[in-house]
Amino acid sequence: MEFIENYLYYIASFGLILIGLYIMLIKKNLIKIIIGLSIIDTGVNILLITMGYLRNGTAPIFSKENLLPSRMVDPIPQALVLTAIVIGVAILALALALAIVLYRHYGTLNVSKIRGLKW
Amino acid sequence: MRKVISFILLLIVATGIAISLKEIPFGETESKLREYCLEHGIQETGATNIVTSVVVNYRGFDTLGEVTVLFLAAIGLSAVLYRDKEIERKKGRKSSLILFTGCRFLFPLILLFGAYIFIHGHLTPGGGFQGGAIIASGFLLTILGCWRWVGINRSRFKVTESLSGIAFVVIGLIGLLYGGYFLLNYLPKGTPNELFSAGIIPVIYIAIGFKVGSEIAGIIDDMVRSG
Repeated sequence: MEFIENYLYYIASFGLILIGLYIMLIKKNLIKIIIGLSIIDTGVNILLITMGYLRNGTAPIFSKENLLPSRMVDPIPQALVLTAIVIGVAILALALALAIVLYRHYGTLNVSKIRGLKW
Repeated sequence: MRKVISFILLLIVATGIAISLKEIPFGETESKLREYCLEHGIQETGATNIVTSVVVNYRGFDTLGEVTVLFLAAIGLSAVLYRDKEIERKKGRKSSLILFTGCRFLFPLILLFGAYIFIHGHLTPGGGFQGGAIIASGFLLTILGCWRWVGINRSRFKVTESLSGIAFVVIGLIGLLYGGYFLLNYLPKGTPNELFSAGIIPVIYIAIGFKVGSEIAGIIDDMVRSG
């Protein structure tokens, strides 16, 4: 039980990353591969936030007088993730646009057919 | 065969992660950078939201890079989806009166909310990226609900985006001329927890808000047009 309490966030974030990797390795539909990419993105963001977490910590905003800096969570990973989320949206849109063009050209979204692979 | 190989690969990755993470405790962070930012953040930048002071002030150059990545992705998308002649839009069913009116009513409120989020970026949880995303969601609502009411002008998006990007760089360059550092915080810091405080941070965040909003709205518009 203690193990789960201590490592729950790591398990969740790496679970998401591994699920995304599995999708990208197994699936052949291009849209599903892009969904896997997006899931990996989410997992990495959760992992970065988890690294800076402090037990019972508050958000790093001095909105009141009596907030101690030592009880605040790490602001640097949050700043990284803040921009990474928007970049993730843009990358997702670019990947989908490429998928649209591939579908127009080949008439299919199956990766094996597009690349002429056996498996 | 393919599945077996993938499973073996995933197992290797998972064991490697488990071994390396066993030593890292959860919920205790002992980073020197964190202590420095939290203790000196308000005096040095004037922003009460330390995340904002990290994004725009301590790591301002990095944020400029990220905005550039976003710009490149948007440009790449419109280059990939470009077609010589516009395809004729299929004439869909006109949306019902309730949807049309509700969408028309909500759109300015969503824009106002987005502007509130990015103007108060240095005081509350929020900022240019989040506010920009909210503004883009307002444009998405008009595309889905009342396309004919507000026909979106493409070149205006591009102009807004370019002007706000130029504003970001020019604000940084003024710092270079004034004090010798790119993105130096040269405006008066003011008292913390007031709207007009934190020097150039709100100005830059407003520019980022306009840029991200028009960029994501432009991406949505490109995808709808190519459809």
